[in-house]
Amino acid sequence: MTDKLLTANAAIREQTGILPPAEGRLPPKVHTGPVDWIHRNLFPDWRQGLLTIVVLYLLYLSMPGLYNWAIGNATWAGDRADCVANGGACWAFVNARWGQFMYGFYPVAERWRVDLTFVLLIASVAPLLFPATPGKRWILGFALLVYPVIAFFLLYGGILGLPVVETARWGGFMLTLVVAISGMVGSLPLGILLALGRRSKMTSIRLFCTTFIELFRAVPLITVLFMASVMLPLFMPQGFTLDKLLRALLGVALFNGALMAEVIRGGLQAIPRGQYEAATASGMGYWRMMIFVILPQALRIVIPGIVNTYVAIIKDTTLVLIIGLFDLLGIVQAGIADSNWLSASVTKTGYVFAGMGFWVLCFGLSRYSMYLERRLNTGHNT
Amino acid sequence: MQHNQTSPSIAGSADMTTDDVIRFEDVNKWFGTFHVLKNINLSVKSGEKIVICGPSGSGKSTVIRCVNQLETHQMGRILVNGREVHDDMKGLEQVRAEIGMVFQSFNLYPHLTVVENLTLAQIWVHKRPRKEAEERAHHFLKRVHIEEQAQKFPGQLSGGQQQRVAIARSLCANPKIMLFDEPTSALDPEMIKEVLDVMVELAEEGMTMVCVTHEMAFARKVANRVIFMDQGQIVEEAKPEVFFDAPKSDRARLFLSQVLQH
Repeated sequence: MTDKLLTANAAIREQTGILPPAEGRLPPKVHTGPVDWIHRNLFPDWRQGLLTIVVLYLLYLSMPGLYNWAIGNATWAGDRADCVANGGACWAFVNARWGQFMYGFYPVAERWRVDLTFVLLIASVAPLLFPATPGKRWILGFALLVYPVIAFFLLYGGILGLPVVETARWGGFMLTLVVAISGMVGSLPLGILLALGRRSKMTSIRLFCTTFIELFRAVPLITVLFMASVMLPLFMPQGFTLDKLLRALLGVALFNGALMAEVIRGGLQAIPRGQYEAATASGMGYWRMMIFVILPQALRIVIPGIVNTYVAIIKDTTLVLIIGLFDLLGIVQAGIADSNWLSASVTKTGYVFAGMGFWVLCFGLSRYSMYLERRLNTGHNT
Repeated sequence: MQHNQTSPSIAGSADMTTDDVIRFEDVNKWFGTFHVLKNINLSVKSGEKIVICGPSGSGKSTVIRCVNQLETHQMGRILVNGREVHDDMKGLEQVRAEIGMVFQSFNLYPHLTVVENLTLAQIWVHKRPRKEAEERAHHFLKRVHIEEQAQKFPGQLSGGQQQRVAIARSLCANPKIMLFDEPTSALDPEMIKEVLDVMVELAEEGMTMVCVTHEMAFARKVANRVIFMDQGQIVEEAKPEVFFDAPKSDRARLFLSQVLQH
């Protein structure tokens, strides 16, 4: 079709010297290829060209050093002496401590349980991330209701002949994930309820939610963790103890629930009154209106805010060190202090490694949220 | 055809002819200290088509929003199908479910497709199985001549199309009464006709309709009665030919001269 049109256009132009009418013309040629790309993006005019050159020069200055440290002079196997001699990154240290960084003080013989828990997590969450999956409702139900129970008994043990592994022995990347994921899963529904409560017409509910939000929002997370760890047991009845990790998880969830509530309230306020009226006029009650009409729209609007809070939760897990739990950063720091490895090279490597661990988690989350925003855009806000 | 047997009748139940389906008795309402509705008395019989008109701020939208209690009144009584409605009554949701309402700004749910917009209340309020709800949705989309847009999102439709979807959405509930709150005021001129045509068809099928509108040609063609409101009061109530050709009050004459100028 287009080929015919082109031939016809060429013939017309050749015979008459006139361009054919507009509907017969093709769009102007789009530039492609690497040379065009470089021209358009790096050297469109002299000012931007100059900037490109400056940036390239800065990369030239910094890259070799980074390369030499991370790869060129790095030590991949050996001990402290090798690392000190080579002067680069000490990946041998990460290698030697890998098990501890991932599992903390979890007994080596039982680490398969952590692996299995993680594989189950991926298996139950991955299908939810993509729109085409059938039976999503059941998978979500499994992930939210059944999985946590399985995960708890797998990690903690005590049934089916699995030996108990006290939470004090949990640590490393595994503990980071446990704290971060429970924080995320707990804070979203709590945030939704608090946000709805703060907008409630019932004074007692509104007062309670507002107080809760303002109380938790106005103190640092460290304070909340300290309270959960040190003060909470004082209020507990005699003989009743709550696991330290569980107290920390509660603290993280409550604190971030308060932050989440304000994010979600922002979304609720952006929904036009007409949406409430249409749902009300059709005979829907409060909860059905919220669940099917208002919240889907409000949550969609605040995806960036929710992800922002989630990223903060992941990074805030490092604070559990304060109450004596060793997350990824905590266990790396402990490893650095080991007299068998203590050196500047190991210290740098350890912090870079911990940083990379957090970066991978947070960056992955942020990319997924961008994908989600694009997919959920139904064209009404453009 | 099986479809015809289950096909829902647009007209409300026919056994309501004896009584008023909507009845206002000395209704008063204030926004703060502003007296929006002053002693409104009004009755609508089953199958009647009422057009309410008047200058902006006259309280005409407030009147129909009181019928399903989107606005609450502070004095007087409002009866719908013989039941008194007020803001903390039991079963208000049930009453609302039987009244269709079409808004000036369409108020479609932007995160749902057209067909999902039509099935939502059917499934969660009227408890119909999904399949039946979808059949019904397609039936009414066909009625408003927009069946081919069923899988699109509201944001992808023109204003006129969105308003027709909104009408179909209300009809899916099998309402006994349809309320129209300035349904064409937010539309471009070339789209007004397609919405009015649907409303005329609906009227011809015997639906009880209360319309707040400035479309005087529509009022003349369809209305059994025209109600003219000004400053929160019903100033005139007459058959359309009487109201348009010989309005009694000065205010109505002034209003008509302004509306009919163009």
